[in-house]
Amino acid sequence: MPPELNPHPAHTAEPPWSDPDRRLSPAAAQAVVEALRTLLPADAVLSSQQELHPYECDGLTAFRQIPLAVALPRTEAEVREVLLTCREHDVPVIARGAGTGLSGGAMPHPCSVVLSLARLNRILDIDPVARTARVQPGVRNLEVSEAAAPYGLYYAPDPSSQLACTIGGNVAENSGGVHCLKYGLTVHNVLGIRAYTIDGESIELGGGALDSPGLDLLALSIGSEGLLLVVTEVLVKLVPRPALARVVMASYDDVGKAGDAVAAIIAAGIIPAGLEMMDRKASVAVEPFVKAGYDLSAAAILLAEADGTPDEVTEEVSEVERVLRAAGATAIAVSSSEQERLRFWSGRKNAFPAAGRVSPDYYCMDGTIPRKNLGHMLKAIEEMEERYGLRCMNVFHAGDGNLHPLILFDANRSGEWERADRFGAEILELCVQLGGTITGEHGVGIEKINSMCVQFSPRERTAFFSIKEAFDPHGLLNPGKAIPTLRRCAEYGKMHIRHGALPHPDLPRF
Amino acid sequence: MSAVASLREIQERVIDANRSGAPLRLRGAGTKDFYGERLEGELLDLRSHRGVIDYEPSELVITAHCGTPLSEIEALLAAHGQFLAFEPPAFAGDPTIGGVIAAGLSGPRRLQVGAARDFVLGAKLVEASGEELSFGGRVMKNVAGFDVSRLLCGSLGFLGIITEVSLKVLPRPRCEQTLVLRLSSQDALAVFNRWGSLPLPISGAAWVEGSAWVRLSGAPPAVRAACQRIGGDSVDAVGAADFWGGLRHCTHRFFDDSTIWRVSVPSNAVLEPGEKLLIDWGGALRWYAGEAMGARARTLASGVGGTAMCWRGQTVQPRFHPLSKTVAQIHRRLKQHFDPRVIFNRGRLVAVETGA
Repeated sequence: MPPELNPHPAHTAEPPWSDPDRRLSPAAAQAVVEALRTLLPADAVLSSQQELHPYECDGLTAFRQIPLAVALPRTEAEVREVLLTCREHDVPVIARGAGTGLSGGAMPHPCSVVLSLARLNRILDIDPVARTARVQPGVRNLEVSEAAAPYGLYYAPDPSSQLACTIGGNVAENSGGVHCLKYGLTVHNVLGIRAYTIDGESIELGGGALDSPGLDLLALSIGSEGLLLVVTEVLVKLVPRPALARVVMASYDDVGKAGDAVAAIIAAGIIPAGLEMMDRKASVAVEPFVKAGYDLSAAAILLAEADGTPDEVTEEVSEVERVLRAAGATAIAVSSSEQERLRFWSGRKNAFPAAGRVSPDYYCMDGTIPRKNLGHMLKAIEEMEERYGLRCMNVFHAGDGNLHPLILFDANRSGEWERADRFGAEILELCVQLGGTITGEHGVGIEKINSMCVQFSPRERTAFFSIKEAFDPHGLLNPGKAIPTLRRCAEYGKMHIRHGALPHPDLPRF
Repeated sequence: MSAVASLREIQERVIDANRSGAPLRLRGAGTKDFYGERLEGELLDLRSHRGVIDYEPSELVITAHCGTPLSEIEALLAAHGQFLAFEPPAFAGDPTIGGVIAAGLSGPRRLQVGAARDFVLGAKLVEASGEELSFGGRVMKNVAGFDVSRLLCGSLGFLGIITEVSLKVLPRPRCEQTLVLRLSSQDALAVFNRWGSLPLPISGAAWVEGSAWVRLSGAPPAVRAACQRIGGDSVDAVGAADFWGGLRHCTHRFFDDSTIWRVSVPSNAVLEPGEKLLIDWGGALRWYAGEAMGARARTLASGVGGTAMCWRGQTVQPRFHPLSKTVAQIHRRLKQHFDPRVIFNRGRLVAVETGA
């Protein structure tokens, strides 16, 4: 038994706007819209139901809410004015990039102002010598690499949505991609940010120099889901584009064997540029659309990418081939051209759209587990498919243990969404039980807020609220997201028991 | 008795201190007693809370209690062909892993692989209430909750006691070669920045005493090709280990001077050469020895968007680069929430704190 604990040093009240049912009076709501209109040009404030409709959700369409208004500032000064207005009127602010997020992080509160940063979309500076790009938050991920390409440089994190998603959104979610095993996540590739607090104070964290004094508030801000600051400028690291990349595709007749092959590559001292896995359900779903040439008889397909100088790639490819064969690969193909490399990847990158074609709806999960438990997890998912009566196809960032099970369902059939939701929650609880986490790269948002009750103790969640309060004492930035209140967790606990299906009663934290 | 062996003992000491308001000075092996603004409080020696908890080479993660000696972790990793790629400094001793992360310092390989904080996957923290909290985990990707484990890296005990850490490890490079070239400091900075924008496996780029030192690490064909491109003279393995070890642990003779400033700037920043200069991280870290540079280092660094800290010597307050007003306010509020009686390492990271 631990010793008797002190009462918590500082009582942190639950922020009032965490309550999704809290409302403003119609007069107060009208006053907010009018105040915004006096600050911004007419086209920069949206408030009619029709105009607000596109902002009711992000990439997670199962959760929707029309906001009070949408502000579309063009300058940093306008961003600051919007924040000060919301602060003055005590209404929540939901920062939003391209709205491609998958966890409902940008879903509005009914009394909130959605602060769209889409019009802050300029690349301010590319410094090829220092290898940095200074960009506004609304710049799209892929645009940065395109602008850096003439210098032989690129921005490494490449989430599948990189054509549309913005750097500001990437910072909010700490986005990953298929190459982050070798090149890191957003947190490893952002050198500095410029941002505003809800009180309109500007703040610079990190920068062109690598060391900053004091606490690493830059690392804390990355992945903070719009709860701490509103970012208005990002300094990213650019890296030299490798001379060549080739991908090895291997088939396995058993998913457990494929998982062991991943461990064998790492154990051989190789960190591939990408290391991905798809199960048969996924490859069968994508093949008709992308015609990547996937081996549909394989229980699992592994994709391992080698990059570097031509000699280096040749050597790594032959080493990877050797390890994969020794681990029981039934077939191996190596890309012989850039076109073929992209074709091999196309299925993996298009797994989500493919799921949308084979099923009316799908629900994408994002847990991470220690790689050694991959086989265990897949077997458990198979058992859950049976129990919930729903199919699930699986794609993984296998190199870093990040799973994306895609649960297929039809929202028009009564009870299917509820079953999919419970199916997903059970997968996440198993992730925690296996020593992993409920979200690897998509964020908690509103979607996984209940699962946070499983992963963190009440004291840990209180610590999160303390951090939020240190940045946002009024609780106005994206309230109700990412961290569940004690009340919410208590209700979630009760609901579980009422359904009589507490999935893992032996979870130490529950 | 200052040594604590178990988590329970650590928690009891914290609870007592928080009750009485008497500050605690957190300490591992004491290799970094010189580092920070000041030392205050009753010693809490954390060396006995030690031991590797979990290490599986194919997972690329090691988890250990805070008091585990760095030497023990490095020996275990080496036996499996892996290492802590951020090359934490040991100075002339054997720091604990808790101290390594609490200080958050990184060696010359930072320019290739990143800093200590880039390798932190999870941490446990004993906060002022005495409760042990767990943040992050033992997996590569984790965005559940704020990234408190990275926040703890370099926090110098500001928020509480780091009792356990999980770190990402990497395979040792299969091939390594060091080259040395006679160059002026300005020419060295120019070539370091030029090479940095090419796909070369440079894992060290430093300049001192009229010579540029470049270390290449990676697959043998890549290292061979880069050696041809860069030129210069090859350094044998012993000489290379000696040189990079001297930079990493600050044991190079440059660091014998009684006054040292550590200046962090963009790698291509133009600063006056100074009389006694050592360049690391391809230009992003500049060390100045001697009193000639003095507090001017701070003005110079600020002028190019960098920061300067007084590493040793001179009575400059604060030793760390001062925080901006808004950043300082966030520090004060965090302290107020996590450690309202200011019992942990009072005044060591930031001089401005809430009144106890």
